[in-house]
Amino acid sequence: MSKEDYEIVIGLEVHAELSTKTKIFCSCPTEFGAEPNTHTCPVCMAMPGALPVLNEKVVEYAVKAGLATNCTISRESKNDRKNYFYPDLPKSYQISQFDKPLCTNGKIDIEEDGNVKTIGITRIHIEEDAGKLNHNEFGSGSLVDLNRAGVPLIEIVSEPDMRSSKDAENYLRKIKSILEYIEVSDCKMQEGSLRADVNVSVRKKGAKEFGTRTEMKNMNSFRSIVRAIDYEAERQIEVLEEGGKIDQETLRWDDVSGRTFSMRDKEDAQDYRYFPEPDLVAIRLSEEYIENIRKNLPELPESRKKRYLEEYNLTEKEAKMLTASKYMSNLFEQALKICGNAKAVANWLLSDISRILNEKELEPDQIPFTAEELAKMIMLIEKGTISSAIGKKVLEELFENPKDPEKIIEEKGWIQISDEGAIKEVVMKILQNNPQSIADFKAGKDRALGFLVGQAMKETKGKANPKMLNEMFLAELNK
Amino acid sequence: MDITKLTVHELQEKLSKKEISITNITKAYVENIEKHEKDVQAFITPLSKEALEKAKELEAKVESGEISGSLAGIPIGIKDNICTKGIRTTCASKMLENFISPYDATVMEKVNSENMINLGKLNMDEFAMGASTEYSYFQKTRNPWNLKSVPGGSSGGSAAAVAANMVPWALGSDTGGSIRQPASFCGVVGLKPTYGLVSRYGLVAFASSLDQIGPITKDVKDSAILLNVITGHDEKDTTSINTEKIDYTKALKNDVKGLKIGIPKEYFGEGIKPEVKQSLEKAIETYKKLGATVEEFSLDIADYALATYYIIACAEASSNLGRFDGIRYGYRTENYTNLKDIYRNSRSEGFGAEVKRRIILGTYVLSSGYYDAYYKKAQQVRTLVKKEFDKAFEKYDVLLTPTSPTVAFELGTRSNNPLEMYLADICTVSVNIAGLPGISIPCGVDSNGMPIGMQLIGNKFKEETILNAAYTYEQETKFRENYEPTFKGGAC
Repeated sequence: MSKEDYEIVIGLEVHAELSTKTKIFCSCPTEFGAEPNTHTCPVCMAMPGALPVLNEKVVEYAVKAGLATNCTISRESKNDRKNYFYPDLPKSYQISQFDKPLCTNGKIDIEEDGNVKTIGITRIHIEEDAGKLNHNEFGSGSLVDLNRAGVPLIEIVSEPDMRSSKDAENYLRKIKSILEYIEVSDCKMQEGSLRADVNVSVRKKGAKEFGTRTEMKNMNSFRSIVRAIDYEAERQIEVLEEGGKIDQETLRWDDVSGRTFSMRDKEDAQDYRYFPEPDLVAIRLSEEYIENIRKNLPELPESRKKRYLEEYNLTEKEAKMLTASKYMSNLFEQALKICGNAKAVANWLLSDISRILNEKELEPDQIPFTAEELAKMIMLIEKGTISSAIGKKVLEELFENPKDPEKIIEEKGWIQISDEGAIKEVVMKILQNNPQSIADFKAGKDRALGFLVGQAMKETKGKANPKMLNEMFLAELNK
Repeated sequence: MDITKLTVHELQEKLSKKEISITNITKAYVENIEKHEKDVQAFITPLSKEALEKAKELEAKVESGEISGSLAGIPIGIKDNICTKGIRTTCASKMLENFISPYDATVMEKVNSENMINLGKLNMDEFAMGASTEYSYFQKTRNPWNLKSVPGGSSGGSAAAVAANMVPWALGSDTGGSIRQPASFCGVVGLKPTYGLVSRYGLVAFASSLDQIGPITKDVKDSAILLNVITGHDEKDTTSINTEKIDYTKALKNDVKGLKIGIPKEYFGEGIKPEVKQSLEKAIETYKKLGATVEEFSLDIADYALATYYIIACAEASSNLGRFDGIRYGYRTENYTNLKDIYRNSRSEGFGAEVKRRIILGTYVLSSGYYDAYYKKAQQVRTLVKKEFDKAFEKYDVLLTPTSPTVAFELGTRSNNPLEMYLADICTVSVNIAGLPGISIPCGVDSNGMPIGMQLIGNKFKEETILNAAYTYEQETKFRENYEPTFKGGAC
């Protein structure tokens, strides 16, 4: 049998840090990047006698996420303790939710090449994040930083409905996009505020039972998730093909070697001894409370896409790509407000800006320049102050050292040459140096015109007005 | 006049009449501590020097009118599992031998805002696990009525210090009887409030769904006064109830006419010492004489209460005590080469045998494969216990039982037999399981002169009812006028 005879089955557990101002059980700030152990108090440091108090915003945000993913919101849910020892877990238990999560039974649609697929969401529950261990920074041993301990998380557990790494990527992108739209998480994967545990198994096509799954924990980039799934599926198929069997185990994906490694197997699987958290009362939500959140839910990517199709005359693909990231889409709308040219803004965002993001492996929210700067650049092109070739250079500069585009072109001397005399001078010089091209043109080879214009652009370092160049070459050649 | 023999409300009266001063009071207690502490050993961290300084400071402030308040300058003792900022809070454990809390428990904030004076942190069973205070890492506290006997536990230091007049009153904590049982053994008054009436913030957790802080006092009126201080909703404890504040002293009417008292007969069966039973029967007669109606009934579920209690309490404890891992504070072993060693050795060396026993028991009952048979079953029984009490309170205002089937036992007689020790809680645990208020008051002594305790149980948040019932009985029988500790038995 071959790889094509197998089906890959993938399920994701996505952890998203909620962007509440304060932690889930105390009033310490959740801000990222502070000095170690400065965002702490007796509660999140688990001092003896300290008690948790549930942050109501966390419930609200989780309900938002549940509603945006078509979940049923539980009118009554509770917190449970998940017990295990680790230095980043000060209480030696994580307050989570076990058998009564806030949200259950949701679903979202993902799309690939026009094919829509529905991915089920088993549940969304609230829990607290752990702290961080800093290894070996000061010689031997590890240091514990509890700033992150108690930062609120939601865990979104999918059904095993994905069948390829592409599905998984699309699903995760969609989840990220939804969470950004409803503003419950900033989803910064590089800061770990969005991460996923990936469950992978394979089975013969047509088989009813799932295969034994392995789990890869704490994945925080799309690229490694895709690579890890592809690698792991292939590994499992190989094992099965060789007559072996898959062990249910937790794996670690190593980005450098491109392999998975065994972390722990089922035998030493932890017994978390879940039990109801006695320090917290049950979470009871009224129908009005839930309805009120539903009514005030912000625009979701689907409806924004629809609006773009209707209002801006964009193609389906353009609208979809723009709205996939709320950040990108907001940038689009803000720039559009300033320059008024939807098509141009969309083009820049989807072609050159997206290409640079790809090259630099950045996410849209890491775009360093503002919507105003983007809009200004577009307007400079429209006014003819710069050519679109220069525009591309301005864009590169905006990525490197963002500032007012007018300043950039001034400093770099990139202002377009539209002076007739100056242009004529260049045209004459190029014609003089390229008699062969003139002959080619006269012989009916239109390509020669393009070559001459290109030479002239090169001569002026891209600053000559291309429209004027074109016209003047034509006039001279036809003389 | 021996100031230390006065109740707090008597001290208040004399203070307001300026018959005594704040420093008089603290000095008298400090002297009494010097006299009796070597025999009783109730304090883990005595604060005599600090208390005397504080007394001087408060006296000046009261005189200048800077502060007022009827409790300003009244000393108090604090069980050593209640966090006190800047003063070590050990839970009588090697694990926390040098632990200083960075914050005050909510009850301490309340005590401090009344300008009371902390005379010291009082001994207890390690992490409040025990019924004799013999499981303290530091010392064994003696019963002032007979120094060869235990003071009960786990708030044994608090009860013994009050009985020995080394503090006018004290705060204890009660998870399965830890206020009431030592109060009973030491001939003083101990009140466990309804679960949720007093904030648990800053009480080092043993079993979160059962723990409550409460007063241990010389008489019932003092109990009401101290309860007034410590009750109230606390935003830092979501299990604390948000209701209007009650002045419990107003409930003391010295009248029980028409009060319906139920006697659950299961508490008078096997295991109860005849002299305890006789004393309780006499108390019942007193109540009848005072105009209460008394009826025997059956609290069917009582037999299961002890097992239920130990499953739930140990399960929660096994999780609550996980934070003592040698990482951030508390004892850390010197013998380690890796993380597992830090955990294993710090906890093995830092915890005493009884604490380890309960952690192991609690871990076991929560383990997969055993959860349903133990923890889940215990929670179901807990619901039944609550229902059984609900039913009882449809008929009765107060339930009357012994606080303990025996008087204080001798040191060393049970400490090596955990099951025997657990039986000392048999009359008190169901009150915690059901979250009810219970008070223990002395109702006589046995032939050896050891005090016997009577427990009155009320419905949820009916502290007023049991306080009045206890007060009326106390006014009639005047235990404190007839008996006092003798410190007999000699220094051991």
